[in-house]
Amino acid sequence: MKGWPLYEVFIRPRNGIAHRHVGSVHAPDPEMALELARDLYCRRGEGASIWVVPASAITASRPEDRDAFFEPLEKEYRHPSHYDIPPDVKNM
Amino acid sequence: MYTQGLDLVPKGAEAQRPKDAEEVRLEEEFQKKIDAEIRIEPDDWMPEGYRRTLIRQISQHAHSEIVGMLPEGNWVTRAPTLRRKAILLAKIQDEAGHGLYLYSACETLGVSREELIEQLLSGKAKYSSIFNYPTLTWADVGIIGWLVDGAAIMNQVPLQRCSYGPYARAMIRICREESFHQRQGYEIVMAMAQGTPEQRRMVQDALNRWWWPVLMMFGPPDKDSWHTAQSMKWKIKRFTNDELRQRFVDAVVPQAERLGLKIPDPHLKWNPERGHYDFGEVPWDEFWRVVRGDGPCNRQRLEQRRRAWEEGRWVREAALTYAEKRRRRREAARAA
Amino acid sequence: MDRQEVLFEYLLRLGDNALILGQRLCELVGWAPELEEEMALANIALDCIGQARLFLSYAGEVEGRGRDEDALAFRRDVLDLRNALLVEQPNGDFAHTIGRLFLISAFNEQLYAALTGSADRRLADIAQKALVETRYHVRHSGEWVIRLGDGTEESHRRMQKAIDDLWMYTGELFTTDEIDRKIAEAGIGPDPATLKPAWDRRVEAVLREATLERPQDGWMPTGGKDGRMHSEHLGHLLAEMQFLQRAYPDARW
Repeated sequence: MKGWPLYEVFIRPRNGIAHRHVGSVHAPDPEMALELARDLYCRRGEGASIWVVPASAITASRPEDRDAFFEPLEKEYRHPSHYDIPPDVKNM
Repeated sequence: MYTQGLDLVPKGAEAQRPKDAEEVRLEEEFQKKIDAEIRIEPDDWMPEGYRRTLIRQISQHAHSEIVGMLPEGNWVTRAPTLRRKAILLAKIQDEAGHGLYLYSACETLGVSREELIEQLLSGKAKYSSIFNYPTLTWADVGIIGWLVDGAAIMNQVPLQRCSYGPYARAMIRICREESFHQRQGYEIVMAMAQGTPEQRRMVQDALNRWWWPVLMMFGPPDKDSWHTAQSMKWKIKRFTNDELRQRFVDAVVPQAERLGLKIPDPHLKWNPERGHYDFGEVPWDEFWRVVRGDGPCNRQRLEQRRRAWEEGRWVREAALTYAEKRRRRREAARAA
Repeated sequence: MDRQEVLFEYLLRLGDNALILGQRLCELVGWAPELEEEMALANIALDCIGQARLFLSYAGEVEGRGRDEDALAFRRDVLDLRNALLVEQPNGDFAHTIGRLFLISAFNEQLYAALTGSADRRLADIAQKALVETRYHVRHSGEWVIRLGDGTEESHRRMQKAIDDLWMYTGELFTTDEIDRKIAEAGIGPDPATLKPAWDRRVEAVLREATLERPQDGWMPTGGKDGRMHSEHLGHLLAEMQFLQRAYPDARW
């Protein structure tokens, strides 16, 4: 029989901060994944909330998509430094 | 720890097939990224040798954490105080956790946990030779923390900057969590070195038994280490085995002197010209013998892992069966 | 028996339950069915050892004869241990380990919840901390009882056998003796018998979901918490746990 499936684990360190990917865990089902993620990733009291997601449910971009997805610095007019405003204009 | 580079394939056995132009270009680009300290992530292109080296090193590292629980686990039921018991158990638990972080990092390279476990249990995969030595008295627990974890930290700190992102991130977490491991060991050794004559005997005996095996943890001497040059170029490794071994000796000799313990090496001597301690030849015959399977506890350690895995099979299967039953029940309920 | 002595005895019961259960879980290091579960069992063991230290330290202070947590944990023999028979039972297979953990944790959950309202502030504070931990122990072990009970044919058979084997040791938890009566009268702790209905509901709900049968109540041995007659298993556990303190009585560690 095959092993337990893989879940990716996301933890919110404390309120006010987004969940962050911390690693993964093998578990037989989502509820158990939550408990086992807690036992693995929160041994030192880190964490106010945990998400577990079946690794198979994640759709990821591919490295070869990088240029198409993340074209750098083309639309420079999206950046505030693109605009010439005289220094005496305040609160801008 | 534990990055001993224990691959027993003799030099040159990995046949080189000719590379095509595209492959050469990709490899050059890859090396440029490495040189620019850009981390490699799981889906990025990487040379097959880089992937294989990482799988070997990370999985050996993970196996070492898991087998490494056993010698210390031998004393958790006999720890002399409740505080020591809790500390030791927490430390062993960290090791299980670190094994899991590392298995996860290894899985990002396209090898499954079952395959990795299977390689360990079949004896195909290696783990650090240090865990094939027995823990005979409580002093061994102290010495393991002080020296074995001390050596591990020497090895692991530079790995936080390893070129492979998931491995480096696992190491950052591991180094942070392990910061107490060496200190708790030194505290045990200190209490015993300042204790009764029986305790002093135990702790000196443990130091005598562990000293050379600990120096072996850094792997074979550079002249015999056929992975080192390539691993350094790929920035998987940042320092050679001999560099780290020297650094370790320089660090722990004063710590031993502070406690009045004698390091069992007649050649150990401060060399003012080099600015380092000179030390005797590590018994490499013993090292290779233990790596090949003939150490005091090789069979015992693997046997325990195998038994635990076999005895747990019905539990793992039951959990999967339950998950499947429940999934079907929920689907049926939704359909109804 | 004066008030101090009664409180001391009562604290030993609480401390020894945590101590012996924690020691049993320590025996499992390296033997969990999967590495993730290794982490979970170790967390629970650490909670138990931590609780034992708090209860036993307090017991030593109440006794006032200079015994600390370690003197109480490592220098008392079978006749002076006050843990329930249930926790000293051997680990057996994973079903027995989990079954024992679930049955005692479901009891401790009720007990600690009641103790948070204790007239003894120190005890109430310890109970508050222990309650939070124990809720997780009940949850985790309960989840496993359900998975094993409703898993494969083999796991169902093993889980049912574990519950059947352990059931007889649950009776002692709810017996009320002289110590319990005095503790209840002083508002320090609950009469154990009053914890039974909530425990029954909790245990029955899990057994039902696990498709397991609740065993018939038969003869229920006692003698653990009053130290009258422990099982043979306890002596071996102590021999191992206390070895260093006994062999080197003058040493400090």
